[in-house]
Amino acid sequence: MNRDTLYAIFIEELVNVAPDLDAGTINKDDQLQDDLELDSMDVLNLVAALHERLGVDIPEDDYVQIETPAKAADYLAAKLK
Amino acid sequence: MWDTIKKPEALRARAQLTTGVRAGFSWAKIEDEVLDGLPDGALNIAYEAVDRHIANGFGSDTALRWLGKSGERLDLSYADLAAASSRFASVLSGHGLASGARVFSLLGRQPEVFYTALGTLKAGMTFTPLFSAFGPEPIQTRMEIGEANALVTTEAIYRRKIEPWIKQIPSMRLVLIVGDDAPEGCVALGPAMAAASAEFDVVHTRPEDEALIHFTSGTTGRPKGAVHVHKAVVNHASTGRYALELKPGTVYWCTADPGWVTGTSYGIIAPLVHRATLVIDEAEFDLERWYGTLEREKVEVWYTAPTAIRMMMRAGKDAARGYDFSSLRFLASVGEPLNPEAVVWGNEVFGQPFHDNWWQTETGGIMIANTLDMDIKPGSMGKPLPGIEAAVVNRKDDGVTPCKPGEIGDLALKVGWPSMMRAYLHEEARYKKTFAGDWYISGDLAMQDQDGYFWFVGRADDLIKSSGHLIGPFEVESALIEHEAVAEAGVIGLPDETAGEVVKAYVSLNPGFEPSEELEKSIRGHARKKLGPAVAPRTIEFRKTLPKTRSGKIMRRLLKARELGLPEGDISTLETDES
Repeated sequence: MNRDTLYAIFIEELVNVAPDLDAGTINKDDQLQDDLELDSMDVLNLVAALHERLGVDIPEDDYVQIETPAKAADYLAAKLK
Repeated sequence: MWDTIKKPEALRARAQLTTGVRAGFSWAKIEDEVLDGLPDGALNIAYEAVDRHIANGFGSDTALRWLGKSGERLDLSYADLAAASSRFASVLSGHGLASGARVFSLLGRQPEVFYTALGTLKAGMTFTPLFSAFGPEPIQTRMEIGEANALVTTEAIYRRKIEPWIKQIPSMRLVLIVGDDAPEGCVALGPAMAAASAEFDVVHTRPEDEALIHFTSGTTGRPKGAVHVHKAVVNHASTGRYALELKPGTVYWCTADPGWVTGTSYGIIAPLVHRATLVIDEAEFDLERWYGTLEREKVEVWYTAPTAIRMMMRAGKDAARGYDFSSLRFLASVGEPLNPEAVVWGNEVFGQPFHDNWWQTETGGIMIANTLDMDIKPGSMGKPLPGIEAAVVNRKDDGVTPCKPGEIGDLALKVGWPSMMRAYLHEEARYKKTFAGDWYISGDLAMQDQDGYFWFVGRADDLIKSSGHLIGPFEVESALIEHEAVAEAGVIGLPDETAGEVVKAYVSLNPGFEPSEELEKSIRGHARKKLGPAVAPRTIEFRKTLPKTRSGKIMRRLLKARELGLPEGDISTLETDES
């Protein structure tokens, strides 16, 4: 899967967890907690959803690497190479 | 059953709470030992927390060590904090606010919340913190009930959540915005502080004068504003010393959000009263950052919450390896019952067990605790602190009857401790209902074992405890039915291994709407916008009808029993079943 696809999947799962967000207005550099107002349970649910969808394990130490959509796409692309 | 964690004699000997202290304890004695007071019996929390330390020659001690999200650091001495809180008090009085006014804050973990709280109290006004992650609806409701006169917040929060309805709060006189600029109709706090006098004579409040209002959720109806008075500081003094082991100079980190009662009682007041140094981390939970902070700041006493501890546990012990936690000397946890695994895990990773304790918004301070001098039974909330009489009881019309050891009943407290709430704002009947004779009935079910340890069993009502936040199902249901598709809603808490409980909603739909994934998201998104992520349901399920009593009340208990496959209990009042 290429990075663009992974970016799209990330946004899709993000909006599933937090449907108050509008996919069209999410910026690639928006911080999940500071800008998009996710709380820590949302982040856990997002990680679980990504695991379900992509079979990828994201350990707690790596949460900082998915803190924006852009970073998350890079991270997922590297993980799923 | 988990093994009791026995404390070695050397460790026990370090405890400030001893058998002798327990035996000789009185509220008057602790007040005399820890607090200074003001002339003629006046008592002011802010004076005890800050000003007197300067008068006593400790103005240069570090009060706050603030760690910003992006790595900024800011140290404030007690003298700095005294000056800032005086300036804030001057700003309030300069805008015509006087003793008795109500000042609300909607701030994160930032230095402003400290001088807002202390300056408000210094000026003889009432401080009410709100959780900044609340959506607009819970904020508006609380500001209406509390008749807010002033609000301190950030521009981002103001524009997103406040501006559209602020004019509907008739009592509101002053909105202060952190920073150098403010939207129209608001005042920028930065320039206002710079122009205000750093001299302000602390108002000589009486011990029974209103000081704090903390909102808490009810099962039915609107949230309740629990009123606390300046005298509460006697509890903060006592529990800071005996439940949290604070001493002058202790490096102390309370991870609670300042928008909740723990963030005020133990994030601001108790540690400052004891002249500790407070570590404040602006950022949300982040594993490496937290471990790094404990090590780098040489944190000695750490007060945190089960959800955070369980997140650390998920990352495993290896993630903690390589950090030096040798400065830690006391670990405590509050917010919801701490599972035994977490108590033991703390002992293995930090070399100290977590000491769980129990209290509520209404109690104002810690009531029951595992203390340093006690052996710990993992999973228990501990024993009553000095001055506190707690019991497991059955409620009768005019009083209580005690339960036998091992029997489940209401967890109750004998009235008379200084930080007990004095009222639910404008709700005398609801306030009275929480007492049976001279016992306060907490609404928590518990049991006491043969050795006197208390064990949490559950809530006696439908309130939901999620990540330490008490959530009223009625408030969530009310927001859900504002969605055009929703006819009725029933909200319950489901057990969750990380958050304790998570909010789940069942909804039935109005004619013309059909269940779909899209609609589920639309309703959930609506609830998040209104309520904020901490309060909104994480999942929503559709039902044709919800189980109701004859009087039309949704039977949440039944929804929950069915969800969890538990016995349905007494369903004689069930009129319409779910479908």
